Amino acid sequence: MPRHVLRRLLYSVTVLWLVSTLVFVFLHVSPVPVERVIGGPRATAETLARIRGSLGLDRPVLVQYWRFAERLLRGDLGDSYVNGTPVSALIAERLPTTLWLVGGAACLWSAGGVALGVLSATRARTLWDRAATLFVLVGLSTPPFVLALVLLYAFATGLDQAGVHLFEAGPPMQEHFLRRMTLPWIALALLMLATYTRLTRGAMLDVLAEDYVRTARAKGLPERRVVLRHGLRAALTPVVTQFGVDLGALVGSTVVTEKVFGLQGVGQLVYQSIAAGDTPVIIGVTLTVTLFVIAANLLVDIGYSVLDPRVRSG
Amino acid sequence: MAGGARGQGDVLPVLPRSPERGAAPPPVRGRTPVQIAWTRFRRDRAAVAALAVLFAVGVFALLAPLWAHLTGHPYDATFPATGLDVDGQPRGPGAEFPLGADQLGRDVLVRAAYGTRISLVVGVCAALLASVAGTLAGTLAGFAGGLTDTLLARLMDMTLALPYLLVAITLATTFQVSSAGAGLVMTTLVIAFFSFAAFGRVIRGQVLALRRREFIDAARAAGSSNARIMLADVLPNLAAQVTVLTSLQIPAAIGFEATLSFLGAGVRPPMPSLGSMLGEGGDVFRTAWWLLAVPGTLLLLTTLSFNLIGDGIRDALGPGGRARRGR
Repeated sequence: MPRHVLRRLLYSVTVLWLVSTLVFVFLHVSPVPVERVIGGPRATAETLARIRGSLGLDRPVLVQYWRFAERLLRGDLGDSYVNGTPVSALIAERLPTTLWLVGGAACLWSAGGVALGVLSATRARTLWDRAATLFVLVGLSTPPFVLALVLLYAFATGLDQAGVHLFEAGPPMQEHFLRRMTLPWIALALLMLATYTRLTRGAMLDVLAEDYVRTARAKGLPERRVVLRHGLRAALTPVVTQFGVDLGALVGSTVVTEKVFGLQGVGQLVYQSIAAGDTPVIIGVTLTVTLFVIAANLLVDIGYSVLDPRVRSG
Repeated sequence: MAGGARGQGDVLPVLPRSPERGAAPPPVRGRTPVQIAWTRFRRDRAAVAALAVLFAVGVFALLAPLWAHLTGHPYDATFPATGLDVDGQPRGPGAEFPLGADQLGRDVLVRAAYGTRISLVVGVCAALLASVAGTLAGTLAGFAGGLTDTLLARLMDMTLALPYLLVAITLATTFQVSSAGAGLVMTTLVIAFFSFAAFGRVIRGQVLALRRREFIDAARAAGSSNARIMLADVLPNLAAQVTVLTSLQIPAAIGFEATLSFLGAGVRPPMPSLGSMLGEGGDVFRTAWWLLAVPGTLLLLTTLSFNLIGDGIRDALGPGGRARRGR
């Protein structure tokens, strides 16, 4: 096993390096010069040159890349162009909000999706199943921000003035934590719920048609035990895989939910930094989030090789 | 090695080049795969209904200039006198504005029609681009193997590992372009770039499986070149898969465009898109429900229809409805 893990680890590092290089290249061929963003439209040529010099932007691109890579290896993401704060501090400040958002929603959608999927599969082709299928289709077709807006419209208008204020940026997260997070959690979870219901339903239908399930039934085991012990256990493998991947990917795509509900997470941080032309922050967050995606994939892979010995050799 | 050596009937019996192209003249009137699929598709009531809805939405979008002409409201013109009330709040649906006015006093009906156009054009173009790029990359990687495969597969993995939404907004905003047309192209390209990898991965897997099939060996034995095998034997066998993936990619691309435009990183104002209409209406929709309902409903109808049609196509092309059992 160590060899397999080592290979995956090496591969993950390569992907991370490639992503960092790609982001560096993207931002350095940008037609909007950074010094113009910082200096403002009225800055003189002299000021612009000074800003370039202080940021090291007058050096050759390769030198800049070397400095960027060297600092990255030491875990230094650089400082914000806008206020000089270390990027890592900014991220550390914002990341908890995003993690709370994703984590809370994940609890809701994984439990709900698996339950709905199992119910749907064991009652295949009934009205129940059709209703669940319709829900899945609508869920898969709804862009995240539309659902978030609808929820905000439906529930926040019913709240008092103080309630509405919950969804505007400002007060620290700790205040009214549960009241503030409930709607965002539901908004994020409902859409993911659709994916998980479909996935669990499909996997369950396949597993329930297996011979060993028939054997279990023939042995006279109660149906409940057949479905939960023999069926669900095997059907969960693809669900767990997807869960790991989604958990990582979601950390980078909650920007819409954060924006609609006024949550100050990493998504909002990037969104605000783009407007300000704050390149180091954009790169820093992108890399941090990529790290989550890669780590999640790696964990899923390693988990697989522990659970299923066939993966190790292949 | 050379591609020739065809028609030498005395050496080998001429083999059919791929399973679908059987040369034998059918005794009964044969149906092409497309005809069979269409017959099956027509039996799927949900998909047919979705097709009808999509057609209606398409006509509504196509006739956008007509709505502008009939109401006398161009999509980017503001009518503060008639569209806003004394408090500066947008007026709801009525005789003057059939679907209400927005926060600047613009006609929501006309803007929604133009916005749907944008959503459809960007969605379909991005999905087609991603489909072509993904099929090309996937086929090349799966068929060539070796270094080409390693490079392409890693490129696709890397694209999938990117936090696509963050990078997409960054890209769309840093390469900000002044003209509306260029903004449209940029948005389409960004969406296509982040969609091609998932596509390519599936196709690569298919090609890897196809490569080991007998008819490929037969083609090789008959002296076909690699390029010829790829074009004449591998690609036709991917057609069903590519069609299904593309049709399901369209609603995803439409949602992606709407999200980008909602965040202000998609099409440039004053050009309306369903996403940007929702984004701009964000502050006032608590009092003006139509700013949320009109573009939201249109967006949902469009993506839902495309998803239903995609599912219908998948079932129509797939072997007997449900997925095959694992052996």
